Amino acid sequence: MEQDISFNLGPLSIGLSLLTTWGIMLIVTAAAWLSTRHLELIPGSVQTLVEGIVVAIDEAILAVAPQHGRQILPFIATLWLFLVVANLVGLIPGLHSPTRDLSVTTALAVLVFFSVHWFGIKTLGLKKYLRHYLTPSPILLPFHIISEFTRTLALAIRLFGNMMSLEMAAMLIMMVAGFLAPIPILMLHIIEALVQAYIFGMLALIYLAGAMQSQQLNAQE
Amino acid sequence: MSDIALIVLGSSVAAIIGIALGVMLPALAMGKAINSALEALSRQPESEKAVMRTLFIGMAMIESLAIYCLVIILIVLFRNPLLEYIVK
Repeated sequence: MEQDISFNLGPLSIGLSLLTTWGIMLIVTAAAWLSTRHLELIPGSVQTLVEGIVVAIDEAILAVAPQHGRQILPFIATLWLFLVVANLVGLIPGLHSPTRDLSVTTALAVLVFFSVHWFGIKTLGLKKYLRHYLTPSPILLPFHIISEFTRTLALAIRLFGNMMSLEMAAMLIMMVAGFLAPIPILMLHIIEALVQAYIFGMLALIYLAGAMQSQQLNAQE
Repeated sequence: MSDIALIVLGSSVAAIIGIALGVMLPALAMGKAINSALEALSRQPESEKAVMRTLFIGMAMIESLAIYCLVIILIVLFRNPLLEYIVK
């Protein structure tokens, strides 16, 4: 399982999943940059595709967070696009999904953890944000804090466990049944990769919207 | 029986019972969730979007329980931390 090719860059060791992540970042950024160069009023086929993706993401986010949707759209949309590509990269022979590495999913979950507080504080200020930990009663403070950490952990473990178990299942079936036998499992891999990317982004969106909207309700009171 | 054989026997049995229970109970929970989502859908087809979104997220939550079981079982099978006491 752990045959990561890694080399050292000073005190840091660069693993295979990090290299794949950099490659994906490069490709997605280049695709985004190239597809928005020559925008026209009557879109061509590429522009229609890109606009469709953006509109779909925009609608999904505004359905959950109508007031603050535009503010968190860049973060959530980036998560979605990156995760879809990262989960599907495992289907290319010779490459592994970077998301089957617990370090990568933990890094993403930590990003979500910090951005919840960042957007929460930015929306309503430090004082009111911290006050929501004491509502409805100060007795619940430890539970609020525990839930902050467990949901971050669950976010990381869920994505990692799903991607790793899918690759492992395909490998085990290939060992038991032979060449070409794991193709049905790989089809499941496609669906699961899309669903897991959707779920990760959706949960991040709900956590962010929850942090921002509970503040909003407190402000109106 | 030697200590190592006992450990291997114990962890294999625990892994198989664990994965069986860990798949069975989330499956029941998922069935229940889908069941009530379908009932809600047939009663109010216009609320499809909200129901489907909540259903998806709930299913992911339930499914991650099975994944936690799998992760623990993989640790028990391949990286058993208790082996250290025997192998030392």
